[in-house]
Amino acid sequence: MVDQASLLTERVWQRYDRKQQLIRYAVLLVTAMVVYWAVRDIDIFWPWVWDAPNQISSLGARMWPPDPSRLAVITSALLETVHIATLATALTIFIALPVSYIAAQNTTPNRACLWLGRFILVASRSVNTIIWALLFVAVFGPGVLAGILAIVCRSVGFIGKLMGEAIEEIDRRPVEAMEATGASKAKVILYAIVPQVMPAFFAIVILRWDINIRESTVLGLVGAGGIGVILQGSIDTFAWPTVATILIAIILLVLIGEAITGLLRRKVL
Amino acid sequence: MRPDAGTTPRTWRKPPFIANPLLRYGLWLAVIVYLVWAFGSLSFNWERIAEGLPRAARIFGGGFPPSFERWGLLATGFKESFQIAILATLLGVALSIPFAVMAAKNVAPKPVYLLGRAVIIVSRSFHPVIVAILFVAAVGFGPLAGILTLTLYSIGFVGKLLAEEIEEIDWGQVEAMRAAGAGYFATLLYAVFPQILPRQVGLSMYQLDSNLRASAVVGIVGAGGIGGTLMNAFGRYDYDFAFAILLMIIVVILISEGISGWVRKKIW
Amino acid sequence: MLEISKLVKRYGRDEPVLKELDLTVEGSSVVSIVGASGAGKSTMLRCINRLVEPTSGSIKLNGTELVNLKGRELRHARRKIGMVFQGFNLIDRLTVMENVLSGRLGYVNLYQAYARRFPQADIERAFQLMERVGIAHYANKRADELSGGERQRVGVVRALMQEPEILLADEPTASLDPRTSEQIMMLLQSLAQELSLPVLINIHNVAQAKTYTERIVGLRHGKMIFDGAPADFNKDALDAIYGGIESPDDEAAFEPGRQEHGVSHDAT
Repeated sequence: MVDQASLLTERVWQRYDRKQQLIRYAVLLVTAMVVYWAVRDIDIFWPWVWDAPNQISSLGARMWPPDPSRLAVITSALLETVHIATLATALTIFIALPVSYIAAQNTTPNRACLWLGRFILVASRSVNTIIWALLFVAVFGPGVLAGILAIVCRSVGFIGKLMGEAIEEIDRRPVEAMEATGASKAKVILYAIVPQVMPAFFAIVILRWDINIRESTVLGLVGAGGIGVILQGSIDTFAWPTVATILIAIILLVLIGEAITGLLRRKVL
Repeated sequence: MRPDAGTTPRTWRKPPFIANPLLRYGLWLAVIVYLVWAFGSLSFNWERIAEGLPRAARIFGGGFPPSFERWGLLATGFKESFQIAILATLLGVALSIPFAVMAAKNVAPKPVYLLGRAVIIVSRSFHPVIVAILFVAAVGFGPLAGILTLTLYSIGFVGKLLAEEIEEIDWGQVEAMRAAGAGYFATLLYAVFPQILPRQVGLSMYQLDSNLRASAVVGIVGAGGIGGTLMNAFGRYDYDFAFAILLMIIVVILISEGISGWVRKKIW
Repeated sequence: MLEISKLVKRYGRDEPVLKELDLTVEGSSVVSIVGASGAGKSTMLRCINRLVEPTSGSIKLNGTELVNLKGRELRHARRKIGMVFQGFNLIDRLTVMENVLSGRLGYVNLYQAYARRFPQADIERAFQLMERVGIAHYANKRADELSGGERQRVGVVRALMQEPEILLADEPTASLDPRTSEQIMMLLQSLAQELSLPVLINIHNVAQAKTYTERIVGLRHGKMIFDGAPADFNKDALDAIYGGIESPDDEAAFEPGRQEHGVSHDAT
């Protein structure tokens, strides 16, 4: 006779089986250990941590109300920031396109070029814009040239990588057809590859311009031109209400930039 | 082939991208005007720039070969950057969940939604470096400012993506929970979170990688980590050490990118 | 005149796809090449214009040896060989006119190609050919807005724009519905006659091969096993080539042309 009652009591439901539970515990444990180590070892003066909300709100109070007196200087600096971002993005296109061509597996002339292209793109992407800016300020001195070059160096990696991927994803059949007509490499690219990657190209450039506007705002902090210079100056002189005005201006700039890129995307794509 | 009827030759031009000629030429004109204006209004110190190439030679000459002599400093700097990244990611990801819930149109009441959206937008408008400077001014130099900065950065980034995810969930599951009589938070737990949490892990890994890169940079303005070490080296014209630091930053970023990519593939 | 002798194509160390193929096409005949998938039809065709590199053997077009050509000489030789593809291989985002003119890319310089400023004679010829096949009214339409049959016509015109000495068609009707494929085969047959052009057509619809071509060449596993008039292509030949493989178009009894003759504006 089957004992129904004891059969029922045997059934248990667990959300995770044994192996999954072990893995979850292990991961949790490792994470906890790492966090514990980080908290203990970090060079923080803990009383300051508890005081932090206080400090932050007092800073906020010092920034209020925002001071509009230097609006003219701020506006021209903001314009300079936009110029840096725009000119740099435009310049980047000329460099990024050939690099993306050789970094794409289906269009690269040989292996050496492929690795060269990939190396350039990786190096460009791994070094942050500000670090590039530091480098160029050291070489060319403070000013917008350093800023433009820094943005270019960082953007080449971004645009180059995404364009390279776009090139690798094209339909090969038009390429075959163009080769069959006896067209030279350049004409094959012009007719078979360029039309296929155009939509991606516009989307990528518009996106990068948007990001570059944001990046350009901080270049001045290391001396590479733009609104960052005024910002750094105001912070150094503890002119907090002016700082507040600058921050508001930056938000406005970013919002306008988003509006423009939204518009461009709708119109062009 | 039908014989040529001897009519006037037919021409063909490629239909232009922008049909309206006024708009098309207007755009070209605008571009040229802009370029002239932009270049005109920017000021270049040509003498200083001309000094650039010999300077570059000196810097790269001085920077090469990179010197790992002070590797102790290097190690401390990186250690601090890791710590900042880990704690900021943890805090940021944890906090991003409530903010994401607040910023999702379909689960938050209107005023809460507006507040949540505002917080996320503000977190994203400012470059982390600017935020870092402000926190440094508020709480002083050191990793605390870095952690606060990157936490805000993470909330902005992860919070936005999470909010968008929440707005796209399958509403049927929420309805089912409501129909069963579950309260607001229970519904969140059973109907919303299971749909967004799998992505959350991938996002967290991505954010950890992102924060690691960013921590190298916020250090430049005094918020701790390897960035500070780099600034010091530059300031002292220790270009060979600076170069070494740069190389290590690139290597660490590449490794971290590789690891986070591998982990994300495993759990996808 | 096309002379192929001892053509071999082998990939790596595998069994050769083409085994010492010999084929001579004289004057302006329309030759169809039949065979099961994998028999080597496409490979052979592509060896002629070197889209596939022959492993050994010789291919001579009007006396010029094609197998060794490189660079500019290869491009000049390719100009003389027009190709029509199964997938049409049009440039979807460009207009029909641009696709048609792209057949002249071997003859114009880079600037002309970039600015779409082709010689007047080319444009005139383009219009004439497009009218001949019935697509002239689509000149400024994007290629991807056309139907399959219309696209293949563009492909045919593009190939003819090259003023080729030979036309190769790689399963030109395989992607088309039965009625349209009849139209295209009729078109190829009449154009071949009008232009005194030798045409090689890869085809697996044996019935169409018999109706529209003057000579059938049968391939099996890279070797030619039939070469003769359509009338001689009987059931035995069919079995030899397809080896009892049930070909979906195995309709030796099917008579093309016996369908409802609806009048369509693009019938040729």
